[in-house]
Amino acid sequence: MHISEGVLTAPVLIGGAVLTAVGTTVGLKKLDYDRIMTVSLLSATFFVASLIHVPVGPGSVHLLLGGLLGLLLGWGAFPAIVVALLLQAIFFQYGGIVVLGVNSLNIAGPAVLCGLSLSPLLKGSKKQRMTAGFLAGFCSMFLSALLMAGAIFLSDQGFLHAAVILLASHLPIMLIEGLITMFVVGFLARVQPEILSQDTRK
Amino acid sequence: MIEEPFARGTTFFHRRDARVKLIPALAITLILALSSSFLVTGTGCILTGVLLTLSRPDPGLLLRRICSVNIFTLFLWFTLPLTYGGTKTLPFFFLDLSLDGIRVATLITLKTNGILFCFLALLATSTVASLGHGLEKLGMPRKLTFLLLFSYRQLFVIHQEYLRLQRAARLRGFIPANSLHTYRTYSHLFGMTLVKSWNRAERVHQAMVLRGFNGTLIPLNQPELRREDYLFLATILLISFLLAAIPFFC
Repeated sequence: MHISEGVLTAPVLIGGAVLTAVGTTVGLKKLDYDRIMTVSLLSATFFVASLIHVPVGPGSVHLLLGGLLGLLLGWGAFPAIVVALLLQAIFFQYGGIVVLGVNSLNIAGPAVLCGLSLSPLLKGSKKQRMTAGFLAGFCSMFLSALLMAGAIFLSDQGFLHAAVILLASHLPIMLIEGLITMFVVGFLARVQPEILSQDTRK
Repeated sequence: MIEEPFARGTTFFHRRDARVKLIPALAITLILALSSSFLVTGTGCILTGVLLTLSRPDPGLLLRRICSVNIFTLFLWFTLPLTYGGTKTLPFFFLDLSLDGIRVATLITLKTNGILFCFLALLATSTVASLGHGLEKLGMPRKLTFLLLFSYRQLFVIHQEYLRLQRAARLRGFIPANSLHTYRTYSHLFGMTLVKSWNRAERVHQAMVLRGFNGTLIPLNQPELRREDYLFLATILLISFLLAAIPFFC
């Protein structure tokens, strides 16, 4: 899910960095010191999610759960994801500093979008909650993969086929993300519903 | 387990202040990322390789890191020569490989690895805590520094929590497979981790407010920049400047 350093061209890198800076600024502005601890912890939890490998077919994929973070934090998911990706870059050298803007935008943009548009459904019936969970996971992953393929394609038109292969290979991951986010939302609703209902999303 | 194996060490690189490593790391990364010349990226790769050797990383660990980062480059090597197009082709058994595709894949491989070496030599030799404080001194917003340092602090705790839950599941005979049951189990494991970290956040926040927390984190050691630090900064910046100037001389 990371584009590594060196693939993208300057305009794409700059565009991604600027948009990520804007998103992070908005996210930080909406974040007061009473909630900052929650966002820090969820950012760390999001990092841990990327270490969880679930089996798919003969192989396995790691979770991303950006949609879930968007549902729980709204705009706060933006800085949380930037921080988690920065930590990944430092710990594992996945992605890098210059490409951090684009990578963060690819994951955080869809997460915030899906989170903000679907979170009203969380207050509804069980069926609505499950739908919101599935859609948040599926759509944010789909949009992330689309943005990633788009960023590669915009850098060099010759990457078209590689981008299409990349997008298609993410299809099973979208389904898994959707299912897992749905189950997690169901679990939270039963175990600690205030996480879903707390008015922390602005 | 999550670790910072490259940050342990006593070489010249490890002893430098995070600030004087962050600035040149960004400069070199920018130059390599934006260049499309083989000369610049090739020289950059060699130079950063030398820096990396000087920082004396553990060879086995280094090799594993390089391999894991190059998975994406490998993907490009498998797709680009076949799909990139262009007029010039190179016959290879029954396939026609695109020369342009091979050229782009080589360029990207050089860039990716050059930047990786630079990152490992300059940034991975500092701990996240000192990088965080360094970034704040260089102008990163305070709230973002806070997020970074606290996520880092709690990362290990949350990972342990998750591993504990996973161990408990395994003890009860859970074997992952391609089934809805597996996905539901993983979701519940993760959901429980989320609940625990949510409640932990509450407790930590209360404890900190009780101790008069007002939004500033004070680092335990606040190193002063020394002459060696400035010298180091100047040298690496000069090298990166020369690297950026190569196309103008050739």
